Amino acid sequence: MATEHAEHVLTPSEYISHHLSFNAQSVGNGSFWTLHIDTLITSVILGLLVMGLVWWVARGATAGVPTKRQAFVELVFGFVDDQVKNIFHGNRHSFIAPTALTVFLWVFAMNAMDFLPIDIVAKFTHAIGFDAWRAVPTSDINTTFALALSIWILMIFFSIKVKGFGGWIHELFYTPFGHKFWVLPLNFLFNLIEYVSKPLSHSLRLFGNMYAGEVIFLLLGMWAATGLSGTIFGAVLGAGWSIFHILIVALQAFIFMMLTVVYLAMAHESH
Amino acid sequence: MNINFTLIAQAIAFAVLIWFTVKFVWPPLLKAIETRQKEIADGLAAAQEGRSALEVAAKKSEATLAEAKQKASEIIGQAEKRATQIVEEAKGNAKAEGDRIITGAKAEIDQEVNRAKEGLRAQVSALAIAGAEKILRKEIDGKAHSEMLSKLAAEL
Repeated sequence: MATEHAEHVLTPSEYISHHLSFNAQSVGNGSFWTLHIDTLITSVILGLLVMGLVWWVARGATAGVPTKRQAFVELVFGFVDDQVKNIFHGNRHSFIAPTALTVFLWVFAMNAMDFLPIDIVAKFTHAIGFDAWRAVPTSDINTTFALALSIWILMIFFSIKVKGFGGWIHELFYTPFGHKFWVLPLNFLFNLIEYVSKPLSHSLRLFGNMYAGEVIFLLLGMWAATGLSGTIFGAVLGAGWSIFHILIVALQAFIFMMLTVVYLAMAHESH
Repeated sequence: MNINFTLIAQAIAFAVLIWFTVKFVWPPLLKAIETRQKEIADGLAAAQEGRSALEVAAKKSEATLAEAKQKASEIIGQAEKRATQIVEEAKGNAKAEGDRIITGAKAEIDQEVNRAKEGLRAQVSALAIAGAEKILRKEIDGKAHSEMLSKLAAEL
């Protein structure tokens, strides 16, 4: 907020662009070789925390009467397993269902970082010496692209694994429009667009939602700069947006998981 | 929106997380849940079995009860029959005994009558002789006529 830098008054665009800048560290020559330390640290800590918690419960899981903690984990497990069961009809326990659980819990945790009051997080990270810090890893396009591209590679991997390399190439040229030789380029073009659009829509949907959510929190935060009544007004609006954001956080994590399962299930199906 | 090395780092983190979940998180949870599901299914099946066993036992006990009732009524019937038989037997015995007693009494009476007759006969002859003696004392010799009179008494 304005009090953050008492020495000079921030303009709104300075405030927003400051909050939206990454803690980028260069690891080599060229603009590609930079690491967003904030995104990486936050997401890895969240991943370890969430999957570690589930692992801790899973380790002590009994087939008898479950504790409340175990019942909660089993509830999440059953929820994810049900979704996967409805979409994918192979052996889901060996890979797809655990992947779906990982995606759901990790993305949910990363999205949930949006609930933390953005300026208080900034105060804390400033205090421990980081000037720029983005708390929501999923509002970094690198994270969403990393997930979507990983799924995309798995998609191609399973396609080739299930149908063989020849079968996969055959599918690229012979579906969806048929076997007449003059539609083969059309088929290929269609599949190419599909293969490009899948990771794009997969990653940008999540990124867009979380980024927009963050920007709206920042805009509401700026009310505090207008005085006491503005602070109260901004707090009320921020609370409202937070409550609505609970839905978005859960929904986007769910959608991301469902798309993951759908893409991987489609890769297993022969046309 | 700059794509950079973070993407690769995140992809590696993602891969590690997936590996971890596939290897260490999913299997124990799945095992616990599937074991519990099996236990519940077994329990329900056992309950069903118990219920059918109970039904069979109830039917069996009903049949046994019916059999016992039938046997009891049979026994009662037999007992009643035997009781009438005993009563009939007793009646027959009593009648025979009564007849025997009556016959005995009749025979005794006949004997007594005969004995009385004998006595009376002897007394009549004696009285006749005494009367005749008194009448004939004077005129008839007692010895000669007593023989004739005893002959007469024997004829009575």
